[in-house]
Amino acid sequence: MRKTSVLKRLVPALAGAAATALLLSACGGSTVNQAAAADGSKTACGTVNVAMNAWVGYTANAAVYSYVAKEKLGCNVVQKDLNEQIAWQGFSSGEVDIIIENWGHDDLVKQYITEQAVAVDAGPTGNKGRIGWYVPPWLAKAHPDILDSKNLNKYASLLKTSESGGKGQLLDGDPAFVTNDEALVKNLGLDFKVVYSGSEAALIQSFRAAEKNKTPLLGYFYEPQWFLAEVPLVKVNLPKWTAGCDAEPEKVACDYPDYTLNKIISKKFSDSGSPAAKLVKAFTWTNADQDSVATDIQKGMAPEAAAKKWVDAHPQQVDAWLK
Amino acid sequence: MSATLIELEKTSGTEPAPAKLPRRRLSRRALLLLSAAVVWIAGFVFLHGTGTLALPTSELTDLHRSLNHFNSWVASNRDDNPVFLYLLSPLRSAVDAVAAVFTTVFAASSIGLGLPEIGWLGTVALLGWIAFAVGNARVALLTVAVFTFFGLQGLFVEAAHTFALVVTAVLLSLLVGLPMGVLAGVSGRVEKIITPVLDFMQILPTFVYLAPLALVFLIGPASAVIATVIYAAPPIIRLTAHGIRGIPENTREASDSLGTTSLQRLFTLQIPMAKRTIVMGINQGTMAALSMVTIAALIAAPGLGQVVVRALQSLDVGTAVNAGLSIVLMAIMLDRVTTAASERALPATQRRRSRVSRRTRMIVVGATFALVLMLVQLSRTMLWAARFPQEVNLGPAITGGVDNASEWLQTHLFLLTGAFREAVTLAFLNPFQTAVTETPFFIMFAALALVAYAFGGWKLTALVLACLTMIIYLGLWGDAMVTLASTLVATVIVMVLGIVFGVAMGRSSRFDKLMRPVLDAGQTLPAFVYLVPFLGLFGATRFTAIIAGVIYAAPAAIKIMADGISGVSPTVVEAAVASGSTPWQVITKVQLPMARKSLGLAANQGLIYVLAMVVVGALVGAGGLGYDVVAGFVQSSLFGKGLAAGLAIVFLGILLDRITQAAAFTAPSRSLSTAQPTTTKEA
Amino acid sequence: MNSSAISVRNLWKVFGSGGAKIPLDPELSALPSSNLLERTGCVAAVRNMSFDVAKGEVFVIMGLSGSGKSTLIRCLTRLIEPTSGSVSIGGQDILQARPAELRDLRRQKMSMVFQHFGLLPHRTVLDNVAYGLQIRGAAKNERYARSREVIELVGLKGYESHFPEQLSGGMQQRVGLARALAGDPDAILFDEPFSALDPLIRRDMQAEVIRLHKDMGKTMVFVTHDLSEALKLGDRILIMRHGEAVQCGTGDELVGSPANDYIADFVSEVPRSDVLTLKWIAEPVASSTPGDAPVLSSATIIRDAIHTVMHSSSPVLVEDSGTITGQIDRDSILSVLRSTRAAA
Ligand SMILES: Nc1ncnc2c1ncn2[C@@H]1O[C@H](COP(=O)(O)OP(=O)(O)OP(=O)(O)O)[C@@H](O)[C@H]1O
Ligand SMILES: [Mg+2]
Repeated sequence: MRKTSVLKRLVPALAGAAATALLLSACGGSTVNQAAAADGSKTACGTVNVAMNAWVGYTANAAVYSYVAKEKLGCNVVQKDLNEQIAWQGFSSGEVDIIIENWGHDDLVKQYITEQAVAVDAGPTGNKGRIGWYVPPWLAKAHPDILDSKNLNKYASLLKTSESGGKGQLLDGDPAFVTNDEALVKNLGLDFKVVYSGSEAALIQSFRAAEKNKTPLLGYFYEPQWFLAEVPLVKVNLPKWTAGCDAEPEKVACDYPDYTLNKIISKKFSDSGSPAAKLVKAFTWTNADQDSVATDIQKGMAPEAAAKKWVDAHPQQVDAWLK
Repeated sequence: MSATLIELEKTSGTEPAPAKLPRRRLSRRALLLLSAAVVWIAGFVFLHGTGTLALPTSELTDLHRSLNHFNSWVASNRDDNPVFLYLLSPLRSAVDAVAAVFTTVFAASSIGLGLPEIGWLGTVALLGWIAFAVGNARVALLTVAVFTFFGLQGLFVEAAHTFALVVTAVLLSLLVGLPMGVLAGVSGRVEKIITPVLDFMQILPTFVYLAPLALVFLIGPASAVIATVIYAAPPIIRLTAHGIRGIPENTREASDSLGTTSLQRLFTLQIPMAKRTIVMGINQGTMAALSMVTIAALIAAPGLGQVVVRALQSLDVGTAVNAGLSIVLMAIMLDRVTTAASERALPATQRRRSRVSRRTRMIVVGATFALVLMLVQLSRTMLWAARFPQEVNLGPAITGGVDNASEWLQTHLFLLTGAFREAVTLAFLNPFQTAVTETPFFIMFAALALVAYAFGGWKLTALVLACLTMIIYLGLWGDAMVTLASTLVATVIVMVLGIVFGVAMGRSSRFDKLMRPVLDAGQTLPAFVYLVPFLGLFGATRFTAIIAGVIYAAPAAIKIMADGISGVSPTVVEAAVASGSTPWQVITKVQLPMARKSLGLAANQGLIYVLAMVVVGALVGAGGLGYDVVAGFVQSSLFGKGLAAGLAIVFLGILLDRITQAAAFTAPSRSLSTAQPTTTKEA
Repeated sequence: MNSSAISVRNLWKVFGSGGAKIPLDPELSALPSSNLLERTGCVAAVRNMSFDVAKGEVFVIMGLSGSGKSTLIRCLTRLIEPTSGSVSIGGQDILQARPAELRDLRRQKMSMVFQHFGLLPHRTVLDNVAYGLQIRGAAKNERYARSREVIELVGLKGYESHFPEQLSGGMQQRVGLARALAGDPDAILFDEPFSALDPLIRRDMQAEVIRLHKDMGKTMVFVTHDLSEALKLGDRILIMRHGEAVQCGTGDELVGSPANDYIADFVSEVPRSDVLTLKWIAEPVASSTPGDAPVLSSATIIRDAIHTVMHSSSPVLVEDSGTITGQIDRDSILSVLRSTRAAA
């Protein structure tokens, strides 16, 4: 019964405290209404849906584009974290307006641009993409001749792991990238086995550990990629790419081609005449530009802040996009 | 899950089995198992490398290619097919609307400043009050503390988004699950039909249906919620059905003898009496929903999952752990609140006597609600109560600390962990995997059929053969065998851990108390959080994948074993001790044999949980079916193969589930009859 | 036949698939249980059972565990669906009744008391007792008022708002009894209602049933495996074995003239002097017996006659509805008492 009396006293006490808090709050601190009033100063440009693919290079592009669209054009930018395939799907359902860094994807181009005609190519980003086989720097230094694919068989036993079934290991990465690696290994007569790490994170972490612990590793990688700023992986030279050498996937025996990275936007958005659509078509920069923003982000800077830093440092370039 | 239910049902019905039958069956079963092993080993030795049906990773079968068209079929039909127009689109809008309500209230309104309608203070107050109203003061306090901590982590908005989605998904799961569960509970036929469907929903990897869902229900909350419902509704349905089925026959008979109609029976008897089990189902469903948040983040569902996924991409362990911690805390909070609610659902006499009377409680609930209203109003007017103050932020401290710790671990333990990995892989995993993958498929068919026949007779054999045939039809036999090998190895490790820790926990309630939160964390911490440090420690290997599976599955096995051990009748243990047994003898001669049923159940659940991690394992090097699923998710040209791989996982899962269940549930008749006499003799 | 409350004819209940054929098959239906189980996998729990229960009678069904008593009593309201035969209640063949009629019958005419009480744990005593009335659609006030009456009748006043768990076994069974009485049925079926109770409480509850029967005169069918309970309560007793009726009769008929060795063995431990009436031991009147000797009714239980016989200098005359049918003396009484002691 003592409990009850305590409770009886507690209830009014709580109510009193709340009332006091209300009163106090009325005299100090900013109110929601004031903040809302301060915020209502945007000009209209409409809403732009930007797909956010996972890698940091992409994030850098998207951050700078979003920052400019928001700050200079007053657009409402909505970023959506999606993988590439689902981002492309978004064109047909009208939920994605922009993919700001696209790596090839011939099959998706065919499906969404050619067949369904819901997306269009908005031109190159100015970044060049390169895919290939890489080794950690210490390995390249210790065995310079590993950088020629002809010598790889010599290192097969060095690169052997418990995963590779007695052969040398070639570590592949994110399944999102089309690779010819199984065919390459076969057609180049290499005593290697392709082992699938399953994700970009796994690949990066493997290279990171290999460099740190000085363990041998050969893997599939690509640039631009922020990780190369942390650990400058060295590319292994495969037989040179020539036009048409990779026409038949089963018979490929040459290096990957360079990719011209481009922007894909939805047809509707492209036709809307929105200033944001003009901006995305005009957006180009260099690998170095992207790396500087990406590295800032990777070091822990918020994407918005990294974008602001770059935009503030390159006013003419930004103005050129906006013209 | 399903196993637990079946077990409970089995124990409640007494089977008058003739006394001499088990012994005869035992020797025959041993013989069958032995011959299965002989067939397998002989097949491997003489025929290895032939008939392995391996399909290179980048190759497709015709079936895969035809499944590829599914996506484009959906895309081209979405605008004019009546199913889409009149069923799926309205469904999507409805789900979106519900999700929007909770999101606007707790997380962020879509207009203006993007502040939640009731601010952080209002959210904390309201949720704390709800926890008090459905549970008790303790869980209310926990709720308030946990949500405040989200704010201190700098993740309040993310956590609120996640919470809003989980609430939406659980509500919809209830809407679907309760009626289905009631139906399945009342009608045996419905249950028979629905059980494989539920198995399917729970085992099919989310990655398989995420992309089609996003195509049908568009990117965003609706797809995320529906994906979550697919995963969260089965436990609700199963437990509701189980609760209704579990009502004692004599009570049901008594109500029938008074002339109840079936509707009257349902509402006056079955639902009230099954209430506690139903609430347990809600608890399980909620946990399942929460475990989907990281995956739903892949289709742009906002919340903590996004933080984790993004952190995984940039290998930011600290941030991932910070967000993962939020998820674990939310899981623990939701678990405790729903558990408290289920205790409240007990008839008044069965629950612990509360110290306050019902009336006083009502008064307090009313009064505190007034307080909540005031705080909500405060949050709607004052900015500091609407948006969690940024000044107090523990996030960076947590992130930094974790980063340092993981860095230290990876630097100092690498050699050790690397050697350990090599030892296990070379001594154990590689030989076993070779024996499984290199054996001709028809030999595996024969061996598995023998095993199935030993445990479950013709019926089980037919089912197992059907599952295996389906896997061959799907064109993924080779990958399925790779997955099977890792799954079995992981399960063995899980069982070893289950027995060691289970026995320790079953024998000491202090240790039990200590371990429970750790186990809860292991079960609810998203795998994405610990994948990165593990990659650092063990590299991108099958071993890392196995470890991830073990972390997720071991807690379940340990809990089951602990319950089994502590459930052994104290008098029997007492008798053994009194007769001078050493602790070791008590464990091996009394407790383990008597907890044999739990052992079987732990193996069954261990397998299923390990299988649930197959896809995650593929992200760190497991290969096999999991890799096919992941690849199908990210590459449209591999979609068909991914779908096929997902189906193959389902068939593998059903096969393993049914075999272990059969093994687990035929064992006890023997274990009890042999265990009891020896103990009494000793005594 | 319509004068009887319950009339059962050729009733069969066979558990197991294909059980429906067995009563029709003359060969199978003649098989003993163990052979039947081996041949068909079926269990014949009730075999070819026929009996009548009169209005106001207490009819006891007795047998060892597994003899089919519960199955039989459940067949009477089709809680278990009989395989063949007929059951008529107040002239209505319930095996033909449609679901709604059957429900009506259960609501109005027959209620049942169960061995394990079958109370609803989530309802208070009051709500448990009112349950049947609620099912019928009675208004709240009405059903609570009626329930309170019945609760008082079974001596549970003051416990209305308790939950079953808070009551002792005996009190719980009183709730079960009250629930059965609340609907004011014509007949009450009891399935071993007191076997879960300890002996003292069991005796109280038996007294309670006897009292209720006296007050209300309801027809009762009472299943038990306790012979003394059967003898105490039953107007007539049906003894079952392996699903078949072995003998049906009043208590002293069973003890006095068992139909076979099984029954004889069954009743061998009964104190005969407590059960048998003078009818069973009366001898022809001897010529030496004086005409003014004391006279006792033939329905007098032997034990109650001891005093008179022992204090009479001559044999005692036995009369049945006005005519002298025989005599008893000290020797005949003593021989009964001796056999009783030997059995005990
Ligand atoms: N649902 C059922 N399915 C199959 N057999 C049953 C079923 N119910 C009862 N039986 C069998 O019918 C026979 C009679 O059972 P019943 O319960 O009627 O016996 P009982 O006389 O009431 O025994 P007790 O005194 O132990 O209650 C038993 O052999 C029993 O195994
Ligand atoms: Mg019985």
